[in-house]
Amino acid sequence: MFDKYLIDAASLRNTGPADAPTGFAFEARLGYYRGLGLSMIEKLDVSIDGNALPRAAVRFDEGGGPLTLEEMEAAYERRWPFGAPATILVDHAGGFPAGEHELALLQQLRVSYLPFPSINSDAKRVSLSA
Amino acid sequence: MSKIQRGVSLYSFQEEMFLGQMSVEDVLAFASSIGAKGIEILPEQNMPTFPHIDDAEVARWQEMLARHGAHFTCYDMFLDTKLRKGETLSDAEQVESIRRDLVLCNRLGIRNMRVLIFVRPDILEKCVPYAEELDVHMGVEVHAPWHLEHAWILRTIDVADRLGTKHLGILPDMGVFMKHYPPEFRARFERQGARPEVAQFIVDQHEQKIMCEYTIYEVAVKMGGNKAEIAMAETLRHAPYANPKRIKDYAPWFRHIQAKFYGMTEDCTDPAIAYEDVIPELVKCGWEGTLSSEYEGNRWIQDVMPVDSREQVRRQHVMFERLIARAEAQREIV
Repeated sequence: MFDKYLIDAASLRNTGPADAPTGFAFEARLGYYRGLGLSMIEKLDVSIDGNALPRAAVRFDEGGGPLTLEEMEAAYERRWPFGAPATILVDHAGGFPAGEHELALLQQLRVSYLPFPSINSDAKRVSLSA
Repeated sequence: MSKIQRGVSLYSFQEEMFLGQMSVEDVLAFASSIGAKGIEILPEQNMPTFPHIDDAEVARWQEMLARHGAHFTCYDMFLDTKLRKGETLSDAEQVESIRRDLVLCNRLGIRNMRVLIFVRPDILEKCVPYAEELDVHMGVEVHAPWHLEHAWILRTIDVADRLGTKHLGILPDMGVFMKHYPPEFRARFERQGARPEVAQFIVDQHEQKIMCEYTIYEVAVKMGGNKAEIAMAETLRHAPYANPKRIKDYAPWFRHIQAKFYGMTEDCTDPAIAYEDVIPELVKCGWEGTLSSEYEGNRWIQDVMPVDSREQVRRQHVMFERLIARAEAQREIV
């Protein structure tokens, strides 16, 4: 219902030392019409130009401190509020590759009243601003 | 003077609120400006600190409502039975979650709670003592593809009757009265690659109320439908047209209505949902409650145009005023 709005392209930045980045980060919103407890976010798949990055390389922070996706599964007291940006942190040696690339995010949510998982995805052509 | 009141669900403005273009207060101000003073909230959408709502937050909402001459009508609850991976919440945990919502509903001064349709009737039975104590009506959302006379819905009504309680019933979503296929759905599937002749076939099948599985098989197998065409055909599984004449039989069990719609024409008519048939039935049986706008068109048009939820909701309320007045006048003649 909000797929095209999941990735905030302008928020893309490298993380780690400026001369030797160890990863990148961007802001994302939850593709759902309400907030959701973090334990029900099953997947945050990040890919660049169609190449999936490892699940273990992705961390999430809605403001309560970074969590691995494994840790999120047990974060029963934390929620990703409706429409609120959260930070997706990705370990990626060298940072985000130079030039324009397709950055994709897939969210798989465990929504209790649905018989199947809710899957939302966004892909945008992005580049690091100089 | 009609007993039917008009209101809006904050759900209607999800596009603008998600994008930070409208605040909750903007919604209240707008709703009030069109005479839709009843406000339905989704605390899990509209209260960022949910479920931790302190008294100051409750007071802030009450002051905001007062500023706009508005009042609460309904609280939309959720139940995360799948909170933990690989296991379902125990019955006791489900009851406790619902009780938490009933308490918050009561603290906010709201007397209707929309219960998700998947919540088991036996769980709700266990919640009835709390609902009675807190004076909140638990209305199970009658949402497509279910409908008023679906056996699952009748189970809740049976429980309410057996207990003799006024605090358990239903809460119809007008999406169950889809008389015509929504033009917004069709246009979106055509943009995704559905051929116009196949889209027309699907619309014609729906218009004739042919049971959806025939159409899905025709499109998917016999016509060699593409992905968009099959997806369009599959929407028919969720497009029932229940009989508006049965509304009076179920009216004793509901006090609030989610007035679902997908798009209004410029001359303020709904091309899909049968409000022309539904509202006279509500007036005739003397139903008392709120028609609460639930605009769900944003997801069907946001790929090609900016969403203007305010204009859509405004048009729906022009239609409500017209249909209510006409039905009242006819009632007086009879």
